[in-house]
Amino acid sequence: MNLSQLDFQPVWLTLQLASITTLLLLCLATPLAWWLANTTSRYRQVINALVALPLVLPPTVLGFYLLLLLGPKGWLGQFTASLGLGTLPFTFAGLVLASVIYSLPFAVQPIQNAFIAIGRRPLEVAATLRASPWDRFISVALPLAKPGLLTGAVLCFAHTLGEFGVVLMIGGNIPGQTQVLSVAIFDHVEAYEYAAAHVLAAGMLGFSFLVLLTLYWRTGQHALQRL
Amino acid sequence: MSASISTPSSAKPSISTKLCIDASFQLQRDNFTLDSTFTAPGSGVTALFGPSGSGKTTLLRCIAGLEQPDRAHFTINGQCWQDEKINLAVHRRPIAYVFQEASLFPHLNVRDNMRYGWRRIAKQQRKIQFDDVSVWLGLEDLLERRPEQLSGGQRQRVAIARALLTSPQLLLMDEPLASLDANGKAEILPYLESLWQELDIPVLYVSHAPEEVQQLADHLILLDQGHVVASGALNTLLTDPLLAISHFEEAAAVLDAHVVAHDKEFHLTSLAFDGAQVSVSYNGLPLGHKARLRICARDVSLALVQPLQISISNSFAVRVVSIDPDRDPSQMLVRCEVGGQHLLSRITRRSVHLLKIELGQQVYAQVKSVALMK
Repeated sequence: MNLSQLDFQPVWLTLQLASITTLLLLCLATPLAWWLANTTSRYRQVINALVALPLVLPPTVLGFYLLLLLGPKGWLGQFTASLGLGTLPFTFAGLVLASVIYSLPFAVQPIQNAFIAIGRRPLEVAATLRASPWDRFISVALPLAKPGLLTGAVLCFAHTLGEFGVVLMIGGNIPGQTQVLSVAIFDHVEAYEYAAAHVLAAGMLGFSFLVLLTLYWRTGQHALQRL
Repeated sequence: MSASISTPSSAKPSISTKLCIDASFQLQRDNFTLDSTFTAPGSGVTALFGPSGSGKTTLLRCIAGLEQPDRAHFTINGQCWQDEKINLAVHRRPIAYVFQEASLFPHLNVRDNMRYGWRRIAKQQRKIQFDDVSVWLGLEDLLERRPEQLSGGQRQRVAIARALLTSPQLLLMDEPLASLDANGKAEILPYLESLWQELDIPVLYVSHAPEEVQQLADHLILLDQGHVVASGALNTLLTDPLLAISHFEEAAAVLDAHVVAHDKEFHLTSLAFDGAQVSVSYNGLPLGHKARLRICARDVSLALVQPLQISISNSFAVRVVSIDPDRDPSQMLVRCEVGGQHLLSRITRRSVHLLKIELGQQVYAQVKSVALMK
């Protein structure tokens, strides 16, 4: 078959989804990881367990409940509808939300571990050098946690690229809106378009490998062992 | 040797009502209770001394605001940092804290480590200048280095510089030499001494090494199991027979003296303190220079009459103020007074008996060895 006829829209959509998810997750996971690394609250372990849930749940379970929650009868769905946003399932926004939840542990855990590894001494030193709590976070905690932040970002990005179950449940398969790479490959295979499936699948394989290779190179041998 | 003795009046720091540190902290942890109250001079070096686990570091951390005690009161030179109503956050206390390990920021080079606190205080508060501190601590050539490229002693010097550049009103030092080997210690000590002469900042110095205290402190606070056992001028406490420190193997008195003469022929320098004069190896210090002498208890013997024809040349009259049993049952610890300062003599119980040494008696101290501390 002629490769120029191939539709690369799923590729761009996937990259878009992964980038937005990663950015959102860094903003969300960093404060959460900071709180988890420093709190003595007894709810800490509950939050830790909740954050880790997507690691063990089948994506379909997550997708199923998100579908119910975001649908017209779910309370989040009713909330978004009341804001005039409509309901999120089968939209790109819905995909982003699902991806953020699905990839949350991949961002929180490396960042949390990086914060814990800093220990309290550098922050105490900063405090005695007149740095306020926010200043200490920005000028000491974040720079020292940089390898963890990098690992978290790369893992989120790569993990979002590879989503399938959640995407299918919450996003469906609407070309240009919710049809991401993994779903497109599934489509091609279903339609016996093996050549097109190969192009996308091999591309993804190579890309994912490069991403992980870069990660290991940048942060040494231990980055993924911390997970 | 000339017998003229000049009197260094009011050389000792006195606790004025205004310039002083008033502290009181109570803190309960699982297996440790801190209940310490003390008053220290608002200038000079105050050593917090005690065995490990006595609460020295916890006390220092309370003063810095790094620990939250159950009850706390802290006032320095008229300013209250903590009481029932006030509790200044760590970053609002005008302190400098030097930790046991240098704890430099690994992501910053030496210059940026030093500028970290300096950048965070108002311009008009920057009384201590970057270039001066670099010179004092010998860091001019290290400014572009990364912390991992420095030796232990260099790192600790950077940490001290970094702390000083916040122009603090109180310098807290938690065994800054403890993590260093002998070379590192020898490297830092002279810097510390000259710093404290250069800057008029009260220093609280945590230590469990008697030599460090003898060398550096003006005032001493003794801690044990979270409690203040004693607090007072260095000379008074080091020679107090009721305190354990006076019975240490290395027990010694520290006396304030000043240089009065040099004898080039015999390579000697004479130092005087109220009531006596001693000679040490020639050192070239200017006349009038203040110096600290350490005289170990085991190096002092006593005689009833001024000895003649004896190789020990450092001999002077003292008055016996106390006679107490020492750790070794064969030994006694005799505390003697000379011109308002005290020194210790460790002699045998038999000598005390044979010489019939009594309280208030005038005897002659023969000092075998005098160490010049600074």
